[in-house]
This record gives sequence, structure tokens and C-alpha cells, in this order.
Amino acid sequence: MKFAVKKGWSNGRARSGVLQLGSCPFPIQTPALLLTTRKGLPPFISPDLLTSSLPSPDSHLLQFSPLHFLEGISPKTISNIGGLHQMLSLHQHIFAAVPRDSIIALPEHDSTNKYGASFQTPGCRLLIKPAEYVELVSSMEPDFWVTLADEVPAWVSNKRNRTSVDRTLRWLDDCLSLNKESTTIFGSIVGGSSIEERHRCAQEVAQRNVSGYWIGGFGLGESMDEQAALLTAVTDDLPEDMPRHVSGLGLPEEVLQGVAAGIDLFDSTYVYHLTLGGFALTFPLERNKGENADYQLSDLGGDDMKINLKATVYRKDTSPIVESCNCFTCQNHTKAYLNHLFNVHEMLAQTLLEIHNTHHYLGFFCSIRKAIEEGKFEQFRRNFVESRRDRLFAAASSA
Amino acid sequence: MELCICTFFLSNQVLGRFNRARAAQLTLPHYLCQTPLFMPVGTQGTIKGLTKNQLEEIGCQIILGNTYHLALRPTSELIDELGGLHKFMNWPRALLTDSGGFQMVSLLHLADITEKGVTFQSPVDGKPMLLTPEESIQIQNRIGADIIMALDDVVRTTITGPRIEEAMYRTLRWIDRSIAAHKRPNEQNLFGIVQGGLDPVLRDICVRGLVERNLPGYAIGGLAGGEDKDSFWRVVAQCTAALPEDKPRYVMGVGYPLDIVVCSALGADMYDCVYPTRTARFGTALVPEGVLKLKHQAMANDIRPIDPMCECMVCKNYTRAYIHCLVTKDAMGSQLLSYHNLYYMMKLSRDLHSSIVEGRFPEFVCKFLQTMFPKGDVPEWVCNAMEVAGIDISSCCHEMKV
Repeated sequence: MKFAVKKGWSNGRARSGVLQLGSCPFPIQTPALLLTTRKGLPPFISPDLLTSSLPSPDSHLLQFSPLHFLEGISPKTISNIGGLHQMLSLHQHIFAAVPRDSIIALPEHDSTNKYGASFQTPGCRLLIKPAEYVELVSSMEPDFWVTLADEVPAWVSNKRNRTSVDRTLRWLDDCLSLNKESTTIFGSIVGGSSIEERHRCAQEVAQRNVSGYWIGGFGLGESMDEQAALLTAVTDDLPEDMPRHVSGLGLPEEVLQGVAAGIDLFDSTYVYHLTLGGFALTFPLERNKGENADYQLSDLGGDDMKINLKATVYRKDTSPIVESCNCFTCQNHTKAYLNHLFNVHEMLAQTLLEIHNTHHYLGFFCSIRKAIEEGKFEQFRRNFVESRRDRLFAAASSA
Repeated sequence: MELCICTFFLSNQVLGRFNRARAAQLTLPHYLCQTPLFMPVGTQGTIKGLTKNQLEEIGCQIILGNTYHLALRPTSELIDELGGLHKFMNWPRALLTDSGGFQMVSLLHLADITEKGVTFQSPVDGKPMLLTPEESIQIQNRIGADIIMALDDVVRTTITGPRIEEAMYRTLRWIDRSIAAHKRPNEQNLFGIVQGGLDPVLRDICVRGLVERNLPGYAIGGLAGGEDKDSFWRVVAQCTAALPEDKPRYVMGVGYPLDIVVCSALGADMYDCVYPTRTARFGTALVPEGVLKLKHQAMANDIRPIDPMCECMVCKNYTRAYIHCLVTKDAMGSQLLSYHNLYYMMKLSRDLHSSIVEGRFPEFVCKFLQTMFPKGDVPEWVCNAMEVAGIDISSCCHEMKV
């Protein structure tokens, strides 16, 4: 794996970088979004559509949880097939293994003990020990993998939080020593909502021989306000030239905060949950790109960022989700059709919407990168937050 | 009365024959089709999880939409207002809608058939409603499909007695009402449906009655409902023998690949069935040997593709083991299986068409049967049907080997 931060970027910690990993022939520009998958494929976008309908190479970063595979296919069979890339027939995609996944494998901090991390899956509760985890990962041969962590939410006791850091460090060392094939490993950093513990963990992990850092413990119910300080506490102690990956920062504002703190890679279930709910992202990707004409206060749950395609107001709307969007869905289908598909519970609704939402969100990351490279990230971030406020205000006063 | 200019130039465009089997070019307003062909069922204006591009890639030519479901949601008026179903779905090829009658009778608890039409309780608010032949045609006119079906009085073949005769004559009376109500004969082709149960006399009367009306095409209805296979093929054979050569013959609700091959040998051209997509959702794949149940534990370690000979995206890229771990747990599993199963059906359609055109239909049929019945245990009804179709399948049948 090769990662380099591009010199000469803007003020603050935000950085633009380039990531090159074995499988993918194209370099990936960061900050970048990893797409959420279930067993390696997006929840609703079939593999042929993944390659044909989403931008390349932006859409080549895929996050998955090895634990998904425990029900239904053995590590040995995955090995026999030839690993994840072969099994999914996505040879030019980058697979990142992260044990926790907010849909299928939720960390169960109460059940985690000194032997292993506990996860709640739809089928059962699993206790995964470092050795088992490493075995699972090695059969899959992902491009990089994150060490087993004891993630805890923000409200646990200080004692529990400290234990989670101790355990995570111990498991990190276990994973490193079990790593026979010298694959690419990202060291896990936890610490909950304690700045001290975050520092402690980050400093320790920074001393290990890893290729990058995964920052856990976010997207587990903490407030957005706490996030910034905790993230910078971590990135303060990490070497500049190594990639930083965080899971669980989903909302655009959270992503912007993460970028401002020096994070390079993001994965979250934001797009997945939006899609399930029938919400389509519509926020303008560039400032002054025109008003978001579809925003209507009466739109059930929609706001200036997104619309609710299930709302009856779209029943006869023959316009695409976003006029200027060139994703497959906007180029081929109307809000009226999507409204119908959602109302009759047809799977195609989610396929089409996941394509649009993913496309839109990748576009957001593209705008972020552009802003950093032009030295205007802070301004971009401010504008984004402020124009949201303006749109909300305008809509509220015209209502 | 001038009925329609959907032309099925069998005499000009017939591309091949083998005894009763035909391969032809069916020219519809939205697409040039090749028959025999299978039509996937896109009940509510979509085929389970597949995009229009994927459907085109697979080779779908005509998709069936269910009038009953579409009239409920989003309503035929809305579809009409937005420019018709083709535009609504953005489907550039052909569409066919059924009359709505069958769903009503099979889905609704209190559906009752009278001379006026089908009376039923609205599933939305329980109010009594009536679907007449006129109303069915009006709804279908609004939806705008290339082929529309006349409301028929459909009776299950497992029923016996005077009801069948009543239904057959009513179907004939209703076809006249449908023809009169049809407002778009230049854009939409009205097919009549032959009823009459398993009674050859009734079937004959119905065929003659419909043929007198000189419709653009004819469907053979009332089958695929639990009758024994021996009766099934005989009805198809009788009807295809009596229906005009130059018009398409559509066997409704068929079906299994084996049934399609037999009916094609007997002279039918078009088929529809929910089977391929429905069985995909239960984890079953269609293969030349029959079916493959991906849910079975045996699949968990099987690293072969579903069908090594299949060229579809799923078979070229995925193993049975991977699909096994998806089915019934992740929506992606049924998406991939639907894709494969539809590909299989469209490939079957293409193979039927090309083997007839290229003069190797009997060889195709034999190979098909040998693969499906490697022990030579071809069912008797198939042997009987093939005899009538004039196709020598002795090489496939164990008992018939001398």
C-alpha cells in the first residue's frame, strides 16, 4: 500500500492525499468514502451496476465486516475460491475489513470480555477472539484490515473506557503477531469520549508497526459536538504521512468535521439508512449552484438536504431526483416512478435510490477534495453549514 | 370493423418451421420481437429488482404488467397522465397487459362473476366494485401496452359441469364488448382468449368464435391451473391446430421450461409466468438439468457456478457457495438469482427461435430432453405431445428404445 499526503494544502489539518492499493489500478484520492456492503456487495446495487453506474475509481473502495460471512460460508471455502476479490469478482476494487458494521454486526460492549469482542448479529451474539478474527481475515485477503477493537459508546464509565483501550491495544499486538503474511493492517484506536484516553491510545498505537489507523468508537450515540475535540486529540498524536480511517461519521457535517480533523477515509451507514427510508440526497454539491427548488417544508421528513420520495407530493412529478445529476437513476427515471416503486414495496426502488444516493455522496467527497486542493476547505465548510441555515430560514419564512 | 394494424406477417416474415413449430418475427409498435418468446411478469411496473438496462441485456422483449395491480397503484389515470406505462417505467421495448380478471378472481376473497363483469370488494376500502369488459379495456387503453387482453370468464380447469360452458359463451359475448370499447386499435393490439375448460367441443366453439372476429392475436387461457399435464397439452394442441397461421398464439401462465418447449413444438409462440422470478426469491435457480436449490447445505462449499454453460453475469462471476450465503438473508441473493433465471428463460426463447430457423429444432428438443432426463425417463405426456408434434424423441426415451 502506498499513501502520500499532497503538499501545499490549505490551512488547518484537512489534507488531500493519494492512496494506492494492490487491487485497484487507479490511485484513490482522499478524503474518500468507503461504500458499505453486506457480504462484500452493496445492499441493493448488483455488481454489474456497481461497475457500470457509479463513478470510477471513487466507487472502488468497499468496506465490509468479516463477521457477515460467518453465517453461511466457511473461511476455508472462501480460501478455496481464492479470497474476496475472486469470490465477488471485483478484482479492481479495494476491500477494507472492519469488524464492526452498524447494520449487521453491532458491538456489544457489555458482553465483550478479556477474551474477545462481542457483536450482535441478526442471527446470534458472537464472541470473536483475535486469533479467530485473524484467521477469518486471512482467508478473505482484503486489501487492508482493521485490528479487533473493544468499542464502547460515549456513556460508559471511565473504568470501562480505560479497559477498552487496554484491551484494544492488547488485541492489536495479538493481531500483529498473528499476521504471518504481512498484510496491510490499520491499528485501531478507541478511547470513548475521554480526551485523555484518546491521547493515550493514539500514542500507543502510533508506536506500533502498522500501515494506517482506524479510529473507532464513533457513530455509537455520541453527540456531534464532542466529536471534533476527540478526533483532533487522536490525530494530534499520529504521524502525518499515514492514512486515518474513521467509521460511523455519516452526516455531511460530521464528515466535514472529520476532514477538518485530518481524517482521510470514511465509512458509515448514512447512505444505507437514507435509502431504506426512501430519502434521496438533494443538497447542492457546490455553493451557488442554484436553489434547491424541490425543498418543501411539507415534505414528510425531507429537508434542504434530502427529499422523502414516498411523499404523495411526488406522485406525478416527472422530474429526476436532481436535475443536474448524471447518475443512472436521474438519467433514466422520475420521482413519480420512484414514488410508485416505494409505495408498492418493490426492490427496484432501493436499487435505484442507493445508486443515486451513493453517486451524490461521492460527489460531495469530490467537492471536498476540490476545496482542499484550492486551499478553500475552511470556507467550503463554513459555506456548507451556513447555506443550510439560510435555506432552512428561507423555507420557514415562506411557509 | 378495422381492428388493428399490429401486423404479424407470418407469411412474409416466417423465418422457419418444423411441422407445427414456428419461428417468426412479431412486429409490435414498440419492438420487433422474435418468437417463440417468454415474457417476464413485471407485476407492478417493474421486475423484481432488475433495472431496464439489465432487462435489455438479458434479452427481454415483451414485459407483462398486471392491470389489476397497476389500476390500484398508481392507477391507470395517473399512468395515462404521465404518458403511458412505457414512459412511466422508461421501458423502450414492448409491453403487454392482462385484463385484470384473473388476479381478481384469484386474489380477492369475494369475487363474483356475472354477465355484467367481475364484481368484487375493493381491497382499498371494501366498497363493492365492478370490473366490466369495457372498464378493463379502458384501463388498458390508459396504460398503453402494445398488446392488451380482453376480459374473459376464466374458470379453473379442475372445475367440471355447466359452469365451463357458461364461461366459454360469456367470453365470446365479452369479446364483442371489448372490441367495441377499444379506443386505440391502431396502437394497441387486442388479443382474445380461448376458454372452454378441457372440453374439446367447447374449445372448438370458442376458437371459431374468436377467429370470426379477426383479432390481431389469440391466447389460450384457462390452463396452468392444476390440470393434469396430459389434458393440458391436448388443449394446447387442439387450439394451435385451429387458430390462424398468421397470428401469434399466446399460452397464458406457462411456465416451466419443459412446458414451453412442448407448447412451442405444438405451434405456440408466446408465454408468460411468474415462476422464474418467484422461484428465485426462494433460492431456486433454473438450470438445464432442472432446478438447483441454492439454500441446500450442499451448496455451502460448492465453488462451481450455478450453470457452467450459462453466459450470464451471475454464472460468469459467482459461485454456488457465495449465492448460498446470500439467499434468504440478503436481497442481493434474490436479485442475482432473478437475473440468472430470466437470462435462462430468454436464452431458451432465443434457442427455440434459432433452432427452428436453422433447421435443427428436433435436435434441440432431443438435447433439451436428454439433459433434463438423463436416465431417459421422459414423462409420458411429453412423449405423446411430441408424437403429435411430429418430433422424434426416441433417442431420449428409455422405453422407446428398441
